[in-house]
Amino acid sequence: MKSQFQPDENGYFGQFGGAFIPELLYPNVKELEDNYIQIIESEEFQTEYKSLLKDYVGRPTPLYFAKRLSEKYGAHIYLKREDLNHTGAHKVNNTVGQILIAKKLGKTNIIAETGAGQHGVATATVCALMGLDCTVFMGEKDIERQAPNVARMKMLGAKVVAATSGSKTLKDATNEAIRYWIQNPETFYLIGSVVGPHPHPDMVARLQAIISEEMKWQLKEKTGKENPDTIIACVGGGSNAAGAFYHYFDDEEVELVAVEAAGLGVNSGESAATSQLGEVGIIHGSKTILMQDDYGQIVEPYSISAGLDYPGVGPLHAYLYESGRATFLNATDKEALTAAYELTKIEGIIPALETAHALAVLPKMDLKKDQVVVINLSGRGDKDLETYIKHLKE
Amino acid sequence: MNVIKFDVITNNYQLKTINQKIMNSIQKLFQQKDKNLLSIYFTCGYPNLKDTTKVISALEQSKVDFIEVGLPYSDPLADGPTIQDSSQKALQNGINLDIVFEQLMTIKTTNKTPLVLMGYLNQMLKYGEDKFCQKVIDCGIDTVIIPDLPMVEFENHYQQLFTKYGITNVFLITPHTSDDRIQKIDSYTKAFIYVVASASITGAKGEISNQQIAYFERIKAMNLKSKLIVGFGISDKATFNTACTYANGAIIGSAFIKNLGINGVDKIDEFVKPIIS
Repeated sequence: MKSQFQPDENGYFGQFGGAFIPELLYPNVKELEDNYIQIIESEEFQTEYKSLLKDYVGRPTPLYFAKRLSEKYGAHIYLKREDLNHTGAHKVNNTVGQILIAKKLGKTNIIAETGAGQHGVATATVCALMGLDCTVFMGEKDIERQAPNVARMKMLGAKVVAATSGSKTLKDATNEAIRYWIQNPETFYLIGSVVGPHPHPDMVARLQAIISEEMKWQLKEKTGKENPDTIIACVGGGSNAAGAFYHYFDDEEVELVAVEAAGLGVNSGESAATSQLGEVGIIHGSKTILMQDDYGQIVEPYSISAGLDYPGVGPLHAYLYESGRATFLNATDKEALTAAYELTKIEGIIPALETAHALAVLPKMDLKKDQVVVINLSGRGDKDLETYIKHLKE
Repeated sequence: MNVIKFDVITNNYQLKTINQKIMNSIQKLFQQKDKNLLSIYFTCGYPNLKDTTKVISALEQSKVDFIEVGLPYSDPLADGPTIQDSSQKALQNGINLDIVFEQLMTIKTTNKTPLVLMGYLNQMLKYGEDKFCQKVIDCGIDTVIIPDLPMVEFENHYQQLFTKYGITNVFLITPHTSDDRIQKIDSYTKAFIYVVASASITGAKGEISNQQIAYFERIKAMNLKSKLIVGFGISDKATFNTACTYANGAIIGSAFIKNLGINGVDKIDEFVKPIIS
């Protein structure tokens, strides 16, 4: 039986999704839509994908029982160590998969957007691996605050193009990538999250689903049960959360917690908590929940984390929110920083700023003694060291 | 006999009223002129908030055939840097949909040049679809271009909405649109088909290539029922004339916006005249 959390034939999750694209993009999107499931489900793809995930990416990533964190919060807390992936985050699960799809479709020029630079690095990496041309669009503001990742992309042979329009962050990088795609229809747009026109959200969710696929057997090994009580993941566009939740959508007893970035506070005017501030709208080809003004102009979001300051959320997450299947919480910049310092000190793991938002809701939750909680540790914090050092002094 | 005669007359009369009722402003224009039509695109509220009506009046005086009224949007995916910048400037000037509709209402009775409204779907969605359509009609406009409204969404929902208000939607075709899809678009078209000159976003490109000409010829050879207007990359007399060889007319956008940004509303005639002379 098809899950209600899979898109219908027009790419909708409930009222969210679809493919609101200019006619110029129709052939590209249609080509992908007609082929992606068949490619992903083929034995050839699965063999190569799984082999690369194992030997190149380093999967399966450990499911680590965080003893001291558990003691502190009075629950059984496990960390799904996506930070240990090659390139330092969950993003590479998706880029490895999509680059194989691109190759299958005969594409040689790859473009991508990036916020924090993690997806850009993961894309540049697989392009280097496959010998394909890579162009990454990145907001001018993000280029400044994520310098190490910019250097990595360049070293990997990618061309980094600054998006100078609008807020000069992830939203604008995505706009520029889409505009380039319109002008160069032979390119493959390797999108970094569960956003964009159908079939992109579903394709990326399927490729990130490896996270929860592993969680199931790893939990069984460790606890005797496949299902935790709670899964917590941060949400910008929503790809790591989609992967961590994927195989649990229909297990209603598993509580799914999505954590958005509240910036300086949900109602401060400087926030990226889309579910709390947004309304139904269209962004990057998808109908979803969107931060916008009374006239449908997209509002520029804010978060300390360059990977979470997106004014929308993937259509699947909009549906998870509307249907109540997932609980949406949020964490401020300050709460995220505190959580990052805490994990570093008591577990010896420096998380990415994005991931720190997921950790930051632990003090706000009413955890029970036997509650099994899995936090998707989506990325490592090397790229954020400058921010961490700066705020540590304050 | 008399009774039958009477019926025939009534039927003809009814048919005529229905035809008039469904004939849209652009179709009426095509009845008077169907060659070398020049349309100009401009961004509302640019360069100054109150320039919207001044630009329309100046374009009318310059004998532009119809005018594309651009609704400034924060994230215009199909637009190049020139129109993006003009939109951003207009938004900074404080333009919004309510102000645009107010401005258009003030020239409703004086302006005789057909207006076509161009905006992105989210603007209509957030404003309220019915409210938006009603305002459009109230302003005397019956034709819209929404570049991110795909055909499937039109078929499933918007076709019915637009029909209810007597609004017609213009579809875009590109060098990559299949013949089947073009035929379908032709069947939905009441005003004109917007022939996107190349695989591109808006913005002046200079010359028209042989490849583009081959594409125009392919479209022309399809003998579509709809009128064709070429846009994207039309910037001057030369590109306008080439486009008009293969289509009923062409739209100039970015080149006009650039000129407007530099020379302001007073020099509009000097931009338009060399193109139509």
